[in-house]
Amino acid sequence: MISIYITSFIVGGLICVIGQLLMDVAKLTPAHTLVSLVVTGSVLDGIGWYEPLIDFAGAGATIPITSFGNALTHGAMAEAEKHGLVGVVTGMFEVTSSGISAAIIFGLIGALLFTSKGNV
Amino acid sequence: MQQEKYAQIEKELSPKPPILKNVMKAFLTGGLICLVGQFIALFYITYFDFTERTASNPTVATMIFIAMLLTGFGLYKKISQFGGAGAAVPITGFGNAVVSAAIEHKSEGYVLGVGGNMFKLAGSVILFGVFSAFVVALIKTILVKFGVVSW
Repeated sequence: MISIYITSFIVGGLICVIGQLLMDVAKLTPAHTLVSLVVTGSVLDGIGWYEPLIDFAGAGATIPITSFGNALTHGAMAEAEKHGLVGVVTGMFEVTSSGISAAIIFGLIGALLFTSKGNV
Repeated sequence: MQQEKYAQIEKELSPKPPILKNVMKAFLTGGLICLVGQFIALFYITYFDFTERTASNPTVATMIFIAMLLTGFGLYKKISQFGGAGAAVPITGFGNAVVSAAIEHKSEGYVLGVGGNMFKLAGSVILFGVFSAFVVALIKTILVKFGVVSW
């Protein structure tokens, strides 16, 4: 029970370290770094390596942006398994719905509540 | 020759990022954010009947809500300045990108400003995430059809 907190801290931290290295060593912009991580997460799910990582690290694997790519692929593959090729498109947002909807809803609420003073 | 010389001089003069220090900060910040996420997931598992796997959905939404508050009060910018990728890579960084763009462009109106610019930064993450998921799932489906791999 305690161990999941340790592994989530370490795995989550390490994924962020990879991001930092992509920015500092490979000289990628933050946007390119995030895109690379998302694509990596999606490919890792394709070969079936991301789910074991979630079992091992919990939020350490689901909170970093890599899990966004993983969830998209996972939804698409789960639907494709049931309905064939068309499921690739219809299942895409099945798993990851909350990330996008929360971002849209809280984005608008944030704009209603707060005004920019150059510090957001 | 001149260009090479210039490139060499530029390389010598431009400040090198303190990589080790940045990496440590990213590790600590990212790790702590994921630890907070783990506690939120535990909350949903304990009180709302979610399982380890399904808890990630409400956890992500809650984290984005927290990111909205931190962004609005100007605190997420400070976390980003300290943590670098440690603040950008977790889903809170995604939330921060959306919320800060929405607040930033509020002065241009809700339709053109907020609506039009909200996904300015996060849009590329969604675009390439969706497209790579499409390609990966397509390849996997075709491979399964031909009996190369199984689900």
